[in-house]
Amino acid sequence: MSVLAIEAAGPGVTLQDGGRRGYLRFGITAAGPMDPLMFATANRAVGNPVGATAVEVSTGGLTVSAPEGPLGLALVSAGFRATLGDEALPTACAFTLEPGRTLTVRAGSSGAWGYLAVAGRIAVAPVLGSTATHTRSALGGLGGRGLKAGDRLPVADLRQGEGAAQRLLAPWLDRDPTRIRVLLGPQDDYFAPDQIAAFLAGPWTVSPRGDRMACFLDGTPLSHRKGHDIVSDGVAMGAIQVPGNGLPIVLMADRQSTGGYPKIATVIGPDLGRLAQVQGGGRIAFSKVSVAEAVAARRAEAEALRGEVPREPLLRTDFPAEFLLGLNLVGGVTDGGDAPHRHGERSEAIQGAAAS
Amino acid sequence: MTRAPSNAPRILDAGEAALVVEFGTAVDPAISDRVLALDDALTADRPDGIAETVPTYRSLMIHYDPLVLDRDALAGHVLALAGGAPARATAPACWLLPCCYEAPHGEDLAAVAALIGQSPERTAAIHAGATYRVYMYGFAPGFAYCGGLPEILAVPRRPSPRPPHPTNAVMVGGGLAAVATVPMPTGWYVLGATPCRLYAPERKDSFFVRPGDAIRFEAVDAATFAGLAEREAAGERVARRQEGAR
Repeated sequence: MSVLAIEAAGPGVTLQDGGRRGYLRFGITAAGPMDPLMFATANRAVGNPVGATAVEVSTGGLTVSAPEGPLGLALVSAGFRATLGDEALPTACAFTLEPGRTLTVRAGSSGAWGYLAVAGRIAVAPVLGSTATHTRSALGGLGGRGLKAGDRLPVADLRQGEGAAQRLLAPWLDRDPTRIRVLLGPQDDYFAPDQIAAFLAGPWTVSPRGDRMACFLDGTPLSHRKGHDIVSDGVAMGAIQVPGNGLPIVLMADRQSTGGYPKIATVIGPDLGRLAQVQGGGRIAFSKVSVAEAVAARRAEAEALRGEVPREPLLRTDFPAEFLLGLNLVGGVTDGGDAPHRHGERSEAIQGAAAS
Repeated sequence: MTRAPSNAPRILDAGEAALVVEFGTAVDPAISDRVLALDDALTADRPDGIAETVPTYRSLMIHYDPLVLDRDALAGHVLALAGGAPARATAPACWLLPCCYEAPHGEDLAAVAALIGQSPERTAAIHAGATYRVYMYGFAPGFAYCGGLPEILAVPRRPSPRPPHPTNAVMVGGGLAAVATVPMPTGWYVLGATPCRLYAPERKDSFFVRPGDAIRFEAVDAATFAGLAEREAAGERVARRQEGAR
C-alpha cells in the first residue's frame, strides 16, 4: 500500500466521494463534492469510478507528497495555481508524483474548488456507506474533519500513473459561471410574479461568507407573498431558499436534509458546480429552464464522462531566454499583433526543437 | 381506485432530480400518516431510478435519477399509490426512553418552568406524561422532530440560539418536542437528556426509531442515567420497545 501524505492543507480541504446516500431520512447530510462534474472528471482521468474518494481542495490550498512510492494523480481545478516541484501545471492535468517531490495547489484569481484524484483507492473506512466528509456532524473522511498537515492517506489498488505530466482536455468544464439555470419551485407560489421576475433578472453577487453548506447571495431583497415560514420539508442540493431578509441562499453539498424557508427555485444539477466555483464578489444571474432542458443538460454531462478524458502532452513553457534566443523566435514574440497565432507557431517550433 | 381530486397530493419539482409530494401544509398526524403510507408503498413498489425518499411532516421528497426514471412516469406512479387509503406496511412502534430531568442534564428546565409558571418538578412531570409522535428527522443526524407536546409546554423558540446542547438532549421549542443526538447550537430549550442514542453510526441498527413511531419518556434520576449511559456506550440499546402500545 502506498501513501498520499498531506504536507499542508488550508481550512476546508476534505475527502469526498459521490456522497452519502440513503440516510437523508434520518437527518444525515449527503455531503459529496461541491462541483460534482469537476470531481467526476478528476476521477475519470485516473480511471476511477466517478464517485471514488478524492481530495476536494479549497482556496485554502494543499501540498502533498508521495513518500512511499510514486502515485498517479489527476488534478482538476478552474483557475487554481499548481506546481509539481518547480514546474507549473495546467489547471487540469494528470501526472505521476514521485517520492521526494511535492505537489502544491494554491488559489488563483478564479475558482473555489479543485479535485485531486489518485489512480487507486484512497483507503479510509466508510461511515454509513460513504467516505464523504461532513465536518458539521463530524462524519466521514478522516475522523469527520478536514485534512491537515501530517495526515497520511493510504492508497490501495494502486495503478500505474501517467509518467510525464499531461494536459487534460475537458471542454465540458469550460462553463459560463455567470449564468445559472434553475427550475422554479418547489415553493415559487410563495412569491408574486413580479418577485419571480426580480429573482430571475438579478443580478446577484455571491457573498464571500459562503461555505460547503450554502452560497449566500447579495442583491435587492425579494418579498414574500405568504410569509417566510413554511412547515419544514425536504431540501435538495441547489435549493434556493429565501429567508425573512429576502436575500436568497443556495443550499449546497453540506446542507441540512430539511428546511423551513420557502424555496423559490432549484439550481439544476449540471449547474451546481459552476455556481460553487464562483468566488466571493462574483456576479451571477439565473435563467429559468424546463425539466426537459435540465435533463438534456444532465444527459450531455453523463455522455462527456462516459469515455476516457482526452489528454495531450504538456509542452514546457518556462524555457530560459537564452534557449528562446537560440531558436531565433524572440523577434516574433515581441512583434505583437497576432500574438496567439505566433504563439502557436512558436510552440510547434519548440516542440520540434525539443524532439530533435 | 378512484380518488377525490381535493385529496390528491400536489407534485412539485425540486430541481430535475427530486419531486416533492405534498399532502398538506400543516403539522398534522393525518397528513403525516399519508406521507408515511406513500413512503411505505414506494418501498414496496419501487421503480428503478429512485435514489432515496425523505418523509417530512407534510410531504415526501423523492430523490431520483432522471436519466433512469422519467419525471412524468414517476409522478403518475406516485399519484396512483397515493390514491389509496393510507396504510402503513408495518405498525408504528412505541419506544420508552429513560430521561433525566435533574441537574446537570435539565439545563433549561428552570427557564421553561418560569416561562409557563410551574415548578421545575411539575414541568418535568407534564413532559414525561405525554406520548409523542416522531414526525421526521432533520437539521442534524438523529434529530427527531416530535409532535404531541402538551399545550402548556408550547413555549416559543429562543430569540437567539443557546450554546450547543448536550448529547442526546430532550428538548422543547416552538410547540414541538425533539430528541437531538449530536450537540449543536439550538433555539430550543433542554429539559433533560436520555441515555439512548437515536443515531449511533457504529451500531448495527444505526437508527431504530422510525418516522411515525411513538416515544414516551420515563423519568430517571442522575445515578440511574449514568448507569444506563454506560450500558449504551458499551453498545447496548437501552431504549425499550412497548408492545401493543399503539
